Amino acid sequence: MGSYLLRRLGGLLLVLLVTSFIVFGLMYLAPGSPLAFVLGPRGGTPEQVAAVTAQYHFDDPFFVRYFRWLGDIVQGDLGHSIVYRQDVSALMSGRIGTTAALVSLSAVLIAVAGVGFGTLAALKSRWVDTVVSTLAAIGLSTPSFVVGVALISVFGVGLGWFPTFGVGSGGFDTLVHLILPAIALSVASAAYLARITKAAVNEERGREHVQTATVRGLAAGVIVRRHVLRNALIPITTVMGLTVATLIAGAVVVENVFALDGLGSLLVRAILQRDFAVVQAVILVLVVAFVVVNAIVDFLYTIIDPRIALGSRQ
Amino acid sequence: MTLSIKPPVKTVKRAAVELRQPGVLQKGYERLGLVGTAAAAVLLVIVLAAVSAPVLAPYDPDFPDLLAALGGPTAEHPLGTDALGRDILSRLMWGARVTLAGPGLVILLSTVVGTALALVAAWCGGRVDTVISWVLDILFAVPGIVFALISVAIWGPSLLTVVAGLAVAYVPYVARVVRGAALRERNLPYVSAAWLQGQSGVGITFTQILPNVQPIVIAQAVSSLGFAVIDLASVSFLGLGVQPPTADLGLMVKSGFDSVLRGHPGEAISAGVLIILIVWCVTVIGDRLTSTARSMR
Repeated sequence: MGSYLLRRLGGLLLVLLVTSFIVFGLMYLAPGSPLAFVLGPRGGTPEQVAAVTAQYHFDDPFFVRYFRWLGDIVQGDLGHSIVYRQDVSALMSGRIGTTAALVSLSAVLIAVAGVGFGTLAALKSRWVDTVVSTLAAIGLSTPSFVVGVALISVFGVGLGWFPTFGVGSGGFDTLVHLILPAIALSVASAAYLARITKAAVNEERGREHVQTATVRGLAAGVIVRRHVLRNALIPITTVMGLTVATLIAGAVVVENVFALDGLGSLLVRAILQRDFAVVQAVILVLVVAFVVVNAIVDFLYTIIDPRIALGSRQ
Repeated sequence: MTLSIKPPVKTVKRAAVELRQPGVLQKGYERLGLVGTAAAAVLLVIVLAAVSAPVLAPYDPDFPDLLAALGGPTAEHPLGTDALGRDILSRLMWGARVTLAGPGLVILLSTVVGTALALVAAWCGGRVDTVISWVLDILFAVPGIVFALISVAIWGPSLLTVVAGLAVAYVPYVARVVRGAALRERNLPYVSAAWLQGQSGVGITFTQILPNVQPIVIAQAVSSLGFAVIDLASVSFLGLGVQPPTADLGLMVKSGFDSVLRGHPGEAISAGVLIILIVWCVTVIGDRLTSTARSMR
């Protein structure tokens, strides 16, 4: 157990190190002098150029700059935004909550809708199955921004039930503001999860231990809950975990549709303004979140299914 | 980590003597089934309309007719006009070209690179395999759209930068599937037989293994195409991909979005529906090809 966690943690750190190197290296390759972004199109006096070069260490060799950047990040200093003239960590700390709330709300929606509809499709009549499968196929083919625009047009502009942009003033108001974005972010993943759930439940239903339970006269509900769904949880968790991880990237799009002030909209604005410190930091945080969620899911398997030994690759 | 559920081992043998060679259409139908064929037909119509846009499109897609702005469907403009009075049908036809060609290029690049990496990894094994798998694992660790965003951050917003970023992002998906299939083939007797006959590793890979994993490569490519369409349209929607005034379906949803807020959903609806239709067709065909490729194993 201990050695597994250590190895897992080592692999995680390695991936993070390599990604950080790639992110930093690629930004280093970007054409155009970073001086131009700081001093504006007209440039500056030689003294200003020298001052800025010294402030941002533009003259140092690549590896020196990389390790200084990495060292700063480890200590919680994510750099300084050239556009906002503010620390990147301050910029992000105000927005990370919005993204986290959006992703968590979506994850709940996906779990409930995906597992619910998938189980319904597997257990109810063929008619229900057809409807759910068709809806899932359409849902899988729909980009989140199309869902978002459709939701705004119907529920925001048309019916006026929900606010169409912003995060509201906290608490319940924020929840109301986040419902439409969360639905937009959930549709494709929920459709996929419903499909996986249906397949997994159907497979488990054919197993001998389920037949035995049926023959012994257990109530249908108990069989489904304790014997079918419990065993179907492995593929469901896999997909759920991968899904939550991809939601972190998907939030970039949805936040822009609904004008939510989260990490995603910060990233898009920073890219357009070529504010590299922000771009590097946000991308690194997204990748870290993505990798960590995946690692947690791997760990969860062993709790759901004790037969899977830690670290075994099945 | 992915969990693959193996289908029951099925050996489907073609009838030993076939008096009549099945035609292309019949073969396609056998592989795709009824729904798959219908999806292929719809996709074919969309592709044809997109390809022939310069000839068939009723209007210049960029010609603004401000007097007719935000018009509903009429005889002259079957799908109405957008906020600048441009004909939506013409823009859909031109936009579909970009929306299909961009992801097509992404999949072409990533499939060639991914398949090459996978075949090398499967044939060489050992340390080469370890290194390639390790690189793929790291690429997997970054969500696809982030590659596109990094690429845009470096080289600026344009269709090509997004295509380059997404092509890298899709390599591991192709490579992982193909590597698995190629490893299975590599351990089959016919490969040893070819080796004993003195064929070179490169020769065996190209003449024996590649043709045998080809259905899987194609199925994976088609399945990924649907995701690539969504990713590229999303980046364009963000304003980081295709730049206006070029017609693109993702961009049309974006510009239509402003009209939606003013109560004219025509442009957003038609572009959105066309994206969904394209992705649905591609996904259905990909699913069918995947299950056929699996059952042929």
